[in-house]
This record gives sequence, structure tokens and C-alpha cells, in this order.
Amino acid sequence: MLDLAISVGQTQTPEAVLFWVLAPLTVAAALGMLLVKKAVHSAILMASVMVNLAVFYIAQDALFLGIVQIVVYTGAVMMLFLFILMLVGVDSSDSLTETIPGLRPIAIVAAVGFGGLMVSLIGRATLGRNAIGLDAANSLGNVEGIAQLLFSKYVWPFEVVSALLITAALGAMVLAHHQSIQMRPTQRQLSTQRFRGKSLANAAGLPAPGVFARHNAVDVPALLPDGTPAANSINATLQARGDMLNSGTFELGKVDTSKGEEK
Amino acid sequence: MDAANYLYLSALLFTIGAVGVVVRRNAIVVFMCVELMLNAANLAFVTFSRINGDLNGQVVAFFTMVVAACEVVVGLAIIVTIYRSRRSASVDDASLLKR
Repeated sequence: MLDLAISVGQTQTPEAVLFWVLAPLTVAAALGMLLVKKAVHSAILMASVMVNLAVFYIAQDALFLGIVQIVVYTGAVMMLFLFILMLVGVDSSDSLTETIPGLRPIAIVAAVGFGGLMVSLIGRATLGRNAIGLDAANSLGNVEGIAQLLFSKYVWPFEVVSALLITAALGAMVLAHHQSIQMRPTQRQLSTQRFRGKSLANAAGLPAPGVFARHNAVDVPALLPDGTPAANSINATLQARGDMLNSGTFELGKVDTSKGEEK
Repeated sequence: MDAANYLYLSALLFTIGAVGVVVRRNAIVVFMCVELMLNAANLAFVTFSRINGDLNGQVVAFFTMVVAACEVVVGLAIIVTIYRSRRSASVDDASLLKR
């Protein structure tokens, strides 16, 4: 920690200003990601952490990685996260009650221990020299330097990684593939069902929704000759959601006709 | 500026990510915390690349990014599959093997 305090005193360069402005922001965003309740807010904070890291990469002469960080992480990965969040349900906020008793204090103690260990380790480790910097390595340009390494020394790992990418894409397709449990009935089967079923009540088709000349929306059940609503004239989904109106409210005499248009 | 400051930041972010993996219950947030840990490791790689003056660290960070992208794709597919069958994205609900 002493080294950290000393290095705070040593900051003069523009990079130091950048670091001491952005690093607290990054840590705050990461902590916020941990503490906010809604998953969407976590995703936004994560995106800001990633953008900050991209700035750090560029500040450290890793131009290519900085750009890739923004394009791949903030652009693709975070959008994927948000996409899945929309799919799973945006307002499914995490209840922050702990299910395993004592998990949170243990986690915090372990984190403080681990973090303290790491920080003290970094503080104690010495290289015996100053940082070399990437000016020599980047003399041809950062992208060219990385390309040279990637396509000579690391060409085999590069190929393996491409196989991994293809495998991951295939795996995601297999996992996300939705197998329908039953066959979709054909037109022939539907017709047989209609005319050779137990009763011929629906042989001419189901009644259409709506009360004649009063309210023809799909959420109002049709009225049977005896005045009761016909439940099978409404889509089953609307019924299950409770999104249907009572057709009795549109009976003649109950609607105030003086206002002109109903509803 | 001392390049080790970036290492301190990296250690801090890694720790925060680890706490998130343990504490949070929404599978997607847990996943984002794993991503944070990977990003922290990447920052350390880039910093060490600068300290040592060669680009090997940056190439390794590049590979980490690719692997992280694969991991996100498969992991999110698993989350969607679990959500489809259990209607929940909480990691505590998927405990069928325990009972």
C-alpha cells in the first residue's frame, strides 16, 4: 500500500491524469454492477467498465486491442447480453436476499483477503528495472507487430481458436434449437377432427368474436342466442391473460347512445 | 507513471468480479462478473506486455477475448435453455440434482 501511496504522489504525466480519473470510475462501475438490483443496470455498468478498459489499453500502446475491446466486447458481447436479458425478461430483478446463510460475509472476507494478497504481492514484486515500454516493439505499428506474432509464432493456437469458435457456434445452435413436442396438425387432420369428432357443433367453424354492431373487437366474446357469452369465440391466450371484456356491458339499453360512439 | 498501477486496478477488478460470481444469483449477472474477471486478466496481460516491451502479452489478451466470446455464446445459450424449461434465470433454482 505504501508503494501505491508513493506512486500517487508521483503522478505528473497526462497518462497519470487519465488513469486517476478513469480508474476510480471503473472501480465504481464494477462495484455498482455488483450492487444494483436490476440486471439491465448491471449490463450498462459493465459496458462502461469495458469502454474504460479500452481507453486503458489504448493508453498503454495497445491500439489494436483497444479497438477490438470496443468492437467485440462493448459492441457484440454486451449486445448479446442485453438481447438475452430482453428474452429472459427485463424486469426479472434479482432479489438480493441471501439463500445460503452466511455466504455474503464469507465472500466479503475472502475477497478482502484475496485482494489484499494480490495488492501486497504486486507491491512487493520488483523487476529490478523500469518498464521498457512498447516503442521499440511497435516501431512497425501495433497492428503489424501483432500480425507478425500471430501468423508466425502463434499460428497454431490461432487455428485452434478458430476451431473453438466454430464449435461454440455449433454448440449454441444445438442448445438453442427448440424441439417441438408434438407434430403440427395437417389440414387433413384438422378437417377430420372437425367433421368426425364427437359432435358437429363446431363443424361450421368457431363463432367470431364481437357483439354485432356494438363492439367488434377480438376481446369481446360473441353472444349466443340465449344471451350468454360464447367462450370459444375468444382466443385462448386472451382468455388466459384475462384480457377480455364482458360482452354484457354492450347490451342494448346499457350503452349510453347519446355520446355517439361507444366506449 | 508506474505501470504497476494498472496491475493494482486489474487485481481490484478481478476481486470484484469474483465476489459477484459468488454473491449474485441472476445467472446473467454472474456471467457478466465472469466477463469482468476475464477483462481484468486482459488488463494485466496488456500491462505486462508494456513492462516487458514485447507484444506477446497482447497476443495472449487477444486469444482471451476470442475464448471469452465463445464462452458467452455457449453460456447464454445454456441460460436460455434453462430459462425455457424452468422459467427462471436464477442459479439457485437449478438444483434438481440435489434433491
